[in-house]
Amino acid sequence: MSKVRVGTTSLGGCFGCHMSFLDMDERIVGLMEHVEFTRSPINDIKHCEPCDIGLIEGALCNADNVHVLKEFRENCKIIIAVGACAINGGVPAMRNHFSLQECLEEAFLDEIGVDNPHIPNNKELPLLLSKVHPIHEVVKVDYYLPGCPPPADAFVKVLTDLLEGKEPSLPKEMLHYD
Amino acid sequence: MNQQHSDHLLHLLHAHQRQHHFISDQAMIDIASRLKLPRAQVEAVTEFYSFFSRKPRGRFDILFSNCTSCGDAVLMQELCDRLGIKAGETRHDGVVSITDTSCIGMCDHGVSALINDRPLHSIDSNKISQIAALVEAEKPLDAWPTEWFEIDNHIQRTDLLLSTPFEAGSALKVMRDESIDETLEKIRYSDLRGRGGAGFSTAQKWKFCRETEEETRYVICNADEGEPGTFKDRLLLTSHANTVFEGMAVCARIINAKQGYIYLRAEYRYLLDSLEATLAARRKDGLLGNAILGIEGFDFDIAIVVGAGAYICGEESALIESLEEKCGNPRIRPPFPVISGYLGKPTVVNNVETLAAAAGIVLHGERWFRGAGTWQSRGTKILSISGDCCKAGIYEYPFGVTINDILNDCGAERTQAVQIGGPSGTLIDASHFDHCIAFEDLATGGSFMIFDDSRDLLQVIRNFTHFFAHESCGFCTPCRVGTTLMKNGMDKVCSGHGTAHDLDELKSTAALVSRRSHCGLGITAPNPIRDGLKNFPELFEQRLLHQKMEPEFNLDASLEEARQLTQRDDAEAHL
Repeated sequence: MSKVRVGTTSLGGCFGCHMSFLDMDERIVGLMEHVEFTRSPINDIKHCEPCDIGLIEGALCNADNVHVLKEFRENCKIIIAVGACAINGGVPAMRNHFSLQECLEEAFLDEIGVDNPHIPNNKELPLLLSKVHPIHEVVKVDYYLPGCPPPADAFVKVLTDLLEGKEPSLPKEMLHYD
Repeated sequence: MNQQHSDHLLHLLHAHQRQHHFISDQAMIDIASRLKLPRAQVEAVTEFYSFFSRKPRGRFDILFSNCTSCGDAVLMQELCDRLGIKAGETRHDGVVSITDTSCIGMCDHGVSALINDRPLHSIDSNKISQIAALVEAEKPLDAWPTEWFEIDNHIQRTDLLLSTPFEAGSALKVMRDESIDETLEKIRYSDLRGRGGAGFSTAQKWKFCRETEEETRYVICNADEGEPGTFKDRLLLTSHANTVFEGMAVCARIINAKQGYIYLRAEYRYLLDSLEATLAARRKDGLLGNAILGIEGFDFDIAIVVGAGAYICGEESALIESLEEKCGNPRIRPPFPVISGYLGKPTVVNNVETLAAAAGIVLHGERWFRGAGTWQSRGTKILSISGDCCKAGIYEYPFGVTINDILNDCGAERTQAVQIGGPSGTLIDASHFDHCIAFEDLATGGSFMIFDDSRDLLQVIRNFTHFFAHESCGFCTPCRVGTTLMKNGMDKVCSGHGTAHDLDELKSTAALVSRRSHCGLGITAPNPIRDGLKNFPELFEQRLLHQKMEPEFNLDASLEEARQLTQRDDAEAHL
């Protein structure tokens, strides 16, 4: 039987969710018997191919995030929003209390020790969205895996459920963080 | 007895707000130390109630109703434009500020607003220009045309309660010659049920309270009539205040309470002077105070506490919290107020209309009351009818009257839908017009809003979701977050960007909010959406985009700020 294809990405995130994913340690060996990774920072493949499951970490902060997210949605049968940033905007969304202008001026003009103060405008750089958004505001999200980051056990549970053809669900203990 | 209540936190904040047009940090510190309350509590209360502001508001502070019956966003914008001001802001010269506010209970008077706590009604374009001129000239309100502020009761139909004259003290005199148990039995046989909407047996509530072992008990009249479209308590407090006070005294005699409170919504502050005068007259006549009517041990007085613009305070435990000078967050029930209410003491909280009916029952006997209505809903119900009809106003009907009969009486034509019991009630379509007003069929606290076929019903539902998002107290997450999600969802559908996916999301959010919320506000907040989807599904579907998913916001527009800051306009700078 062919393997289930999984893609992963981190949009405006810290890769903490990916690190937590890898925290499943040796269980990844068993997992790899059933899945293969398409686009993922783990294998450094840059573009998505049609696949079964997309794990999205991070919030939507800039135009590139939107392109990547749309590419995932077009290619994945199931999209899972992973972690606080993808689900709620998380830490990146803290800038939503300020205008984009205030943020850029603080970082590139007013900060002490800034050399050659100007707001970067190179065409290589993706433009920032005026506000940071959770991913479900732009694409349909099928499942949510909460946590900052979600524990490795939660990744294992959700992926195992999907591999077994069940609706993924997390027991209450896995949703308690204190 | 009631003098101490000039020192109520809400009253001190009201006084300060009126004088200085805002509550400064220093004011909060001073008030906190004067009342020996934690500063954090004073600050929290100031933030909680929408009639208090920490930023200066105008010397003419205009609160424009956003209710579907007594509000109009277009007229508010017109006034804003004329005065050169944005809604929610105070003009730089400090003369005027305009904000929208939840229903102010003037639904039978056309478009209305509160100007420095005084209701001004029948606003149209012509009046807007006059108002703007008066504000610009800084004419004091007393110099404005007095008829602008005259409130008519618009009584269109009377029955038991409103047609029977009531003499102050008459019910108490009847009671004097009966034992307390006899009076309570009379209330019980009358089958009087609470008029706020929930319909709990009044005699049962009083009996529970009476049977507690505490020494101190309280009776509270809930005059926080906040449900949009309701204004029947306004009438009762204007023209039948003595009946209401008498009902409180009857209750006090039965449960042995020494102190009663009326929690009056801030929107009805203009009634305060006349209510205080009625109370003073009753004290003078020996109907309040010590040994009422010479009955040994029957000591009772009533104080009025004025709320500050919070719909949630109509919920009895939130009302009690507010009375205790706190934010109006509902308590966990049980224990119910009859066991542990105001200051932890057994407390009866009754609707204005319930108390008035109780006084009538004591005076005229239970048969007078039982004779009207259905076998599960005895007596009459006062309805506040507003919206698309010829004769908006107060209608008292025996329970069991059908919607069709009501619509005929008030001259409603081409009626598309009726909202029974306000946004938290039921939205019905024409196929339900043969149903009747009764606890066992369509229950209502009094609100009856009519929408004819010229109305965009989705906008009405959207208005209601905005109302709940604004009025959620924020205490529990399902309601705080859920009401905002439902608001955003309706905004999206109404703006023509909704998809079938959004309707699914709305349905599941509505179910979650209703199931998981802490109090009645959250439990009923999804009703307009759920009823809308159930009774008017085609209206939603017509407005949908036929695609899988549409982003919640305009992606390209959200890059505009960055495009300007970087002066880019290349292909990559667009989405």
